[in-house]
Amino acid sequence: MTAMQPAEQRDEVEMLSLMLLIRRFEERASQQYQAQKIGGFCHLYIGQEAVVAGAVAAVRDDDYIITAYRDHAHALARGTSANACMAELFGKETGCSRGLGGSMHFFNRQNHMYGGHAIVGAHVPLAVGLAFSIKYRDEDRVTLCFFGDGAINQGSFHEALNLAALYKLPIVFICENNLFAMGTSVKRSTSLKQIVDRAEGYDIPGEIVDGMNFREVRDKVAEIVDSIRKEPHPAFLEVRTYRYRGHSMSDPASYRTKLELEKYRLDDPITRLRAQLTREGKLTNEQFDLLDKRSKEMVLASVKFAEASPQALIEKLHDFTYADGAKP
Amino acid sequence: MREITYRQALNEALAEELERDPNVFLMGEEVAEYHGAYKVSQGLLERFGPRRIIDTPISENGFAGLGVGAAMVGLRPIIEFMTFSFSLVAFDQVVNNAPNMFTMSGGQFNVPITFRGPNGPAHQLGATHSHATENFYASVPGLKVCTPATPRDAKGLLKTAVRDNNPVLVLEAELLYSSKGIVEPPDEELLIPLGKAEVKREGSDVSIICYAQTVPLALKVAAQLEEEDISAEIVDLRSIKPLDERAILDSVAKTHRVVIVEQDHPFCGVGAEVCYRIQKNIFDELDAPIFRVSQEDVPMPYNERLEKAVLPNADKLVAAVKQVCYT
Repeated sequence: MTAMQPAEQRDEVEMLSLMLLIRRFEERASQQYQAQKIGGFCHLYIGQEAVVAGAVAAVRDDDYIITAYRDHAHALARGTSANACMAELFGKETGCSRGLGGSMHFFNRQNHMYGGHAIVGAHVPLAVGLAFSIKYRDEDRVTLCFFGDGAINQGSFHEALNLAALYKLPIVFICENNLFAMGTSVKRSTSLKQIVDRAEGYDIPGEIVDGMNFREVRDKVAEIVDSIRKEPHPAFLEVRTYRYRGHSMSDPASYRTKLELEKYRLDDPITRLRAQLTREGKLTNEQFDLLDKRSKEMVLASVKFAEASPQALIEKLHDFTYADGAKP
Repeated sequence: MREITYRQALNEALAEELERDPNVFLMGEEVAEYHGAYKVSQGLLERFGPRRIIDTPISENGFAGLGVGAAMVGLRPIIEFMTFSFSLVAFDQVVNNAPNMFTMSGGQFNVPITFRGPNGPAHQLGATHSHATENFYASVPGLKVCTPATPRDAKGLLKTAVRDNNPVLVLEAELLYSSKGIVEPPDEELLIPLGKAEVKREGSDVSIICYAQTVPLALKVAAQLEEEDISAEIVDLRSIKPLDERAILDSVAKTHRVVIVEQDHPFCGVGAEVCYRIQKNIFDELDAPIFRVSQEDVPMPYNERLEKAVLPNADKLVAAVKQVCYT
């Protein structure tokens, strides 16, 4: 990923390359998890790549982004190196959160990635706080707040939407609807026919986009963000997507059919963007293979980097509890 | 020398910090147009405007989380809970988000936020509105907790809390808002460090360790005990976390007898931690077992007679002192 480009100039081939990097990273993370190099919980983003790539392609690098626990992709999309991400999964000090956060708590202050939050819905008020600061300081930034379909029935989500609407804050609530909150389908968790209707209850404009289509996500987010920069207000986007893997590494996803998974795989976001670019003469098969090869190499190198990184120091155990280093 | 109320002292602290730092804002239920449920924010909306004095809907989790998010990007929110009993609705934000962020982000994001409001039992508010939350919050790494008992401490500690780079809880004493005390004039900067106890009265026979609403109680009892020739030293903790272990140990090394009077419940209460530290560090200095006076271990009843029976009071404290003094 090249850093700091205005949204309209972001190259689609580069964004395809980002999506490949995310996929190869997650595949390798899965393998390393099975090899017990990675502990705790590990939630993979495979299948959803077009959502974060499309959204990030539509905003400036100084806009704020924040997400839930399926966060590896968001960190990568914000220019966090594969090395720092893999090292975090390995719990090493070279990780993007010094090995103190783990899979669910990736942060990158410099690139405005505000986590990585693991209590479902609890980061939605934080996102509203980020948006509040933008308005308080009279800046023209926008906050993108990502969350899953599972978050929309949590109280914090509702309180946050109401506050954002009440204070007219510059924020896009992006619901990555992958149809399942862990093993519970949206149909079994949510009293609405469609998730986007949640926004109507707070007088927030809402739309639905196809999350398997990079361009559709990018163009819709760009349109919304453009309108927010002119006049701050919240907006809601239901992005329909699908995760190919289970909720986490320990989930075989037996609550859904192979047929359903195959249907979505045929609509793969990487295959689709590749086909669009190839058809338009912007990408050859050789170029695609080269991009994929580079992604795989980068990810493989990240595993080596993580393995070679030194273990966290027990002497530093108390250094990150209080900002002033106090030990009460 | 001037005397002001605890409420005015807090109001001055807020105004001075709002004046000093444009990143400071006050947010909470009824803080602006209503001037605060306990009138602590009287006049602040008129002086600082609605951009910085912000009324919220009744959404403690929502606005506490908003504050944490704003603090992550360098603002310095002061979040008022109408009472800390309501902070329990925002427990996830106060316990999971505010203090964990610095660690979870590997030191990238500190959270300079102040949560403040009345805490502890008041008068006949029943079980849901009478929580003393200091022992819950003090048990969480990453939080700081202070419990001012006088107008001077209220002003000095709140100002320090706002300037701290970590989440700090200022647990105000609901029953003391109208109490008066001597506070430096407004043109003198008053900052009282977190983690520093204060001996509110010198004594030689017994140390009474107290904080918040139990400080005036202990002072009253000390006067009463003096008539019976028992000289009590009153140590006001002022901060629960960091805890001023040195001040506690110094007093006990002098008197050799201790009663801890606390406004929370006995099980895992603040006194349990204080007690542990005394016996661990200066066991040989003790001439008697340590006694604790706290609430009874029951949800707070509404009935006035029963409520009085639940709370620490002068009779209970005097009895405890006499037991440790073997008189």
